[in-house]
This record gives sequence, C-alpha cells and structure tokens, in this order.
Amino acid sequence: MFEYAQRIIKRQFVLAFRSPTEFATPIAFFILVLALFPLGFGPVVKSSGAIWIVALLASLLSSDRIFRQDYDDGSLDQLLIAPQPLFGSSLAYIFAHWSQTGLPLALISPLIALMFDLPASAILALVISLLVGTVVLSLIGAIGAALTVGLRKGGALISLIILPLYVPVLIFGKASVDAGIQGSLLSPSLALLSALACGAIALAPIAVGAALRISMEI
Amino acid sequence: MWTFFHKLGSPPWFYSIAGRILQWLLPLTLLLLATGCIWGLLFTAPDFRQGNSYRIMYVHVPAAVVALAGYYVMAIAGAICLIWKMKMAEIAMRATAPVGAFLTLTALVTGAIWGKPTWGTWWVWDARTTSMLILFFLYIGVIALYEAYEDKSIASRAAGILGLVGTVNIPIIYKSVDWWYSLHQPASITFTGGSAIESSMLYPLLLMITAFYSLFASCVLCNMRVSLIKREWRASWVRALVKED
Repeated sequence: MFEYAQRIIKRQFVLAFRSPTEFATPIAFFILVLALFPLGFGPVVKSSGAIWIVALLASLLSSDRIFRQDYDDGSLDQLLIAPQPLFGSSLAYIFAHWSQTGLPLALISPLIALMFDLPASAILALVISLLVGTVVLSLIGAIGAALTVGLRKGGALISLIILPLYVPVLIFGKASVDAGIQGSLLSPSLALLSALACGAIALAPIAVGAALRISMEI
Repeated sequence: MWTFFHKLGSPPWFYSIAGRILQWLLPLTLLLLATGCIWGLLFTAPDFRQGNSYRIMYVHVPAAVVALAGYYVMAIAGAICLIWKMKMAEIAMRATAPVGAFLTLTALVTGAIWGKPTWGTWWVWDARTTSMLILFFLYIGVIALYEAYEDKSIASRAAGILGLVGTVNIPIIYKSVDWWYSLHQPASITFTGGSAIESSMLYPLLLMITAFYSLFASCVLCNMRVSLIKREWRASWVRALVKED
C-alpha cells in the first residue's frame, strides 16, 4: 500500500513539474490577491486574517483540479478498480496536492508577513499555522472535488459546498496568528487547528473514497 | 418489527401513512402555534430592560433551535441512504433541506429585527450570527449538489456525504455562543443548569419550540409526499390515486 501511494505521489509530482504554470498559479494568485487588499482597504492593512482568507481562496481555486484530469483520461477508473485500498491512494492524491499548493504558500508566507508588517513573533506562528491548516484545506477540498468530479459544471458548485466547511480552519488559523502577535507561539488555537488536522487526516480520505465511488458510478 | 421497516421502503404505504399522520399533525401544529403566540405575545409581562421587543424571541429562538436540529435530521437521513440505500431516506433528506434553510433564514431575519432596537444595529459579525449564516450556506450547498446530479439516487448519496461532513460544523456553531460571545448572549436554557429565563416567559417559549418542531415535521412530511408523487408519477399506485380523486 505504501509503495502504491509513493508511486501515486511520484506520478503527481512528475505531472506537476511537466506543466510548471499550473504549479505556479496558486502562488501567483496568493500574492496577487494579497496585493489587492491594501488597494481596497488603504495602505495599512494590519489584519493577519487577510493572509488566511487568501490562502483559503488559493486552496479552493486549485482543489477542483485534484481529480479532474485523471477523471478525464480515465486513470481514476483504474484507481477505483485497483486492489489497493482507496484510503491510501486518496491520501496520496491529497498529499501531492498539499505539497504543490499548501506547502509553497506556507514557505513564502514569511515574505508576505514582512510586507504586511507583522511582528517577528507572529511570523513563525503564521508559518506553522499555515503548514497545519492547509493540510485540512486540501483534505476538505478533496472531498468537494470528489463529490463534483462527475459533473460538467463543477466549478461554481465546489466553492459553494467547500467554503462553509473551511470556516473552522479560518477561525483557528487566524486566532493562532493573533496569539503569535501577542507573543505566544504555542496557543490553544494552534492545538485545536492541529487536532482538526489529525481528525481530517483520519476521516476525510474515507469520505473522499466514498464520494469517488459514488460519482464514478454514472 | 421488521415488516415495519420493509413497509417503510414502500412509496404507496408511506404516502398514505404520511397523509394520515398529517391529518392530526397539521391541526396540532396550528393549535400549538396559535396558543404559543397568543400566550407569548399577550399574556406575558414586558421585559425589564427590552420592553416589548423581546417578544420576537418566541419566533427567533424556536426557529434557530429547530434549524440546528433539522441539520442533524438531514445528516442522519443522508447516512441512512448511504448505508442502507433506502429510497425513503433519500426523499427525507431532500425534503428536510429546504425546510431547514428556511428556518435558518427566519432565525437570521428575526435576529436582525430584534437586533435593531436592542443592539442598535441590524447585523453584527458576531460568532453566532456568522455561523448561522454559514449554516444557511451548508443547507444551500446540500440542495445545490443534489440538484446538480441527474440521477437522483447518486445525487442523494453525494449530498448525504456532504451532509455528514458538514455535521462537524454544527457543534462549533452550537458552542460558538459560549466560546466567543460578543453581542449575542450565551445560551439561556440548558438541560443541566436550569434556565436563566423567568418561568412565566419560559413556558410559552418551550411551547413555541414544540410547535416549531411539529411545524418542521409536518413541512417535511408534506414535502416528502410531493416528491414521492413527482418521482413515482409513472407508477401504478399514483395513477390509481389520481383516478380516485
């Protein structure tokens, strides 16, 4: 099972590196939308929440693509009839998606934090909360992607069904950055966010597998 | 016992039994609503601080309570149609969603009307109000996903998964008043700690909550009967039914 999952991850990475524009789009989106916030709210945006909201949107934007291409070329069917459990393979898909969207966002976030004048104590909190939080975002996004993969017009629908589910992540992510601004790195909110991530890792792949089976039955 | 479950899967049987239940439930609902409204609006003392404006509580609180509970009803129906693939559960899930969405909207609108005289503003981005708005969109998401699929049995199972995933949000919404409250007060009635409301105001409120539960049940049953007819219009029992009338 682990070897199978490794192969899926490797395949997803090869696919991503062959079309680097897709790889770079969420990051460009992230920075571009963040640049819009000072234009809309005036030059002094103090809120760390802006960074979190844009991370949410960037993850949402890319989540529709998790299964789309494989659905179109039929390799998703192969995944479903393979003897390996669907839990592992959907987790592999989600991990590949996270390391292509969530991980780069978390890694460039210190730069953004400097541009938004966050105190140094908050930067580490921002990076850690983004690292943990985007895992949950990718997991939830995969559920939405699996539910809508069989539909032609999945794009607008996926945002409607995923965004409400993103809310707890936003609340706890923002709260842990705020705790970081006040100087405490290991806050209860960060603990809750990590708990959310653990729960989502355990449960979301089950939902993704079931949703894939349902939408492929058409 | 088991024959009852088998009968539950039969559309004509369910249609007629729901009709018979509604014969009693609808008058009971109207009676409860009328008694609760008259008792709450006319026969209770005005509030010490809020005057008469607090009386909108008799609609606001029951609508919010039943909207939250309705989400669980929908999610459980979704779970049943995922596990046992029961047709009645599919129909129940789809029938619950719009009723719940409407109740959530009622709670939001009455909350806004109540907020204007007491808080001085129509809307605050408070944890409770925001999360009720999110609850509304959870309902809308389930309906939209269901309607997006052509095949209704796939649609119900997909919407069932979404409903189950969404249940994670409900405890957060429910507890949000206690965790971060700003303007919205924390829960006044608890099962363990008794009530912070004076009993002369509490009893009509409890009556109204019961009335809203029975209103919810009758709306869901009516919806289910309609969608049964819509889905099974080719079946012989529907034709027989039409000929009877």
